[in-house]
Amino acid sequence: MIETKKLVKRFGLKTILRGVDFSVQPGEFVALLGPNGAGKTTFLRILASLSRPSLGSVKVAGYSLPHESAQVRAKLGVVSHMPLLYPDLTAEENLQFYARMYGITNYQSRITEVLQMVGLEPRRKDLVRTFSRGMQQRLAIGRAVIHDPEVMLFDEPYTGLDQDASEMLDDVLRSVAAKGRTVVMTSHDLARAEDLATRFDILSRGVIAASATQNELQSTNLLAFYKQSIN
Amino acid sequence: MSPSPSFFKATMAIVYKDLAAELRSRELLSAMLVFSMLVILIFNFALELDIKVRQSVTAGVLWTTFAFAGTLGLNRSMAVEKDRGCMDGLLLAPVDRSAIFFGKAISNLAFMLIVEAIVLPLYALLYNEVRIFQLSFLGVILLGSIGYIAVGTLLSAMSVQTRTRDVLLPILLFPVAVPVLLASVKASGGLLNGATFAEILTPLNLLIVYDVIFIAVAFMVFDFVVEE
Repeated sequence: MIETKKLVKRFGLKTILRGVDFSVQPGEFVALLGPNGAGKTTFLRILASLSRPSLGSVKVAGYSLPHESAQVRAKLGVVSHMPLLYPDLTAEENLQFYARMYGITNYQSRITEVLQMVGLEPRRKDLVRTFSRGMQQRLAIGRAVIHDPEVMLFDEPYTGLDQDASEMLDDVLRSVAAKGRTVVMTSHDLARAEDLATRFDILSRGVIAASATQNELQSTNLLAFYKQSIN
Repeated sequence: MSPSPSFFKATMAIVYKDLAAELRSRELLSAMLVFSMLVILIFNFALELDIKVRQSVTAGVLWTTFAFAGTLGLNRSMAVEKDRGCMDGLLLAPVDRSAIFFGKAISNLAFMLIVEAIVLPLYALLYNEVRIFQLSFLGVILLGSIGYIAVGTLLSAMSVQTRTRDVLLPILLFPVAVPVLLASVKASGGLLNGATFAEILTPLNLLIVYDVIFIAVAFMVFDFVVEE
């Protein structure tokens, strides 16, 4: 579903990604872990067609980037630590806007379905600026799945959330993944990643330093694997 | 669920979203309007003693007001997209990215025209100048506004990605917009002084050519401007 080969990204003289080989099978939930500055966000932005690779090949859902970026974007849902929502529009208006941008024709029933999934149906007519950070993040997930994407990318979705909001987000993430979607999530929260993901890849110094599935990790814990990989 | 939206529908979705958000917050329009009124008032006091001079500078005063108020609106309109990451939300839509340019440009133009529609009667009242309501004069204002907004929307998409965006946009925009501002002042000034259509044909042609060129350039390069 996702495949990158020898992916390099440079910003001026600085090389962020140094030949990343990465692949994800359909239905997999991959947690991409790594220290600050490892290039996780840059990598996800390339997969999302928001950034152009300097070298190497990228394929998402059978389409190559950057040449078929519109086709890739139609198959993709992205959630970052920013909600990508308009504070002066209501929850419903935000979803209506994104539904139109994705060319969904009869979007009212889909909006209701999505709002129910993220638990915001009673607040559909409220302005987003009146929402807490946790509610905004849940609505951001609703925004990202409005077009029923095959691939989901989550970039630090837990940033700035309190314990309750994080637990609520866990449930939403599980329901998103339970629909058979392919998910790649970056996070610094190892406990949550361990709980949700089926595979763990460690990105360190611009390359995938290690990779292990949930089954392979059973004898050792994720923290030990993570520390061993980045050292 | 759906293949992709049409270019036109995506463009209009952005316009509708911008107008709905602005209708609710009124942040952008109120800032542009207050600024425009202040400029008009300051010029009114500064030129009060000399009625002839005041009448002869009508075109200049109006275009100075529109240009500065327009810059304020352009900055704010793009900052709203950038500050909460909404620009990424737009870029993630499976549509040709020039639709984003056209959507933002049309809503920016709508804001500028609303401000102009309020400023012109105020100007007529303060300066006792009713000739500004002739259709040809309003046509020149429309052409000039289109050119200014076309280049301004493109440059604001560039400048919004920098830390000094508030300062950078005017620095980038005014030199590039000089031809459209000069042609607009020349054409509208000519109309107010009773010039014939043939006499203002040169600035009018320049305005039309400028509009077409910058809309075409923005259509071609917007994708590269917004992508990392």
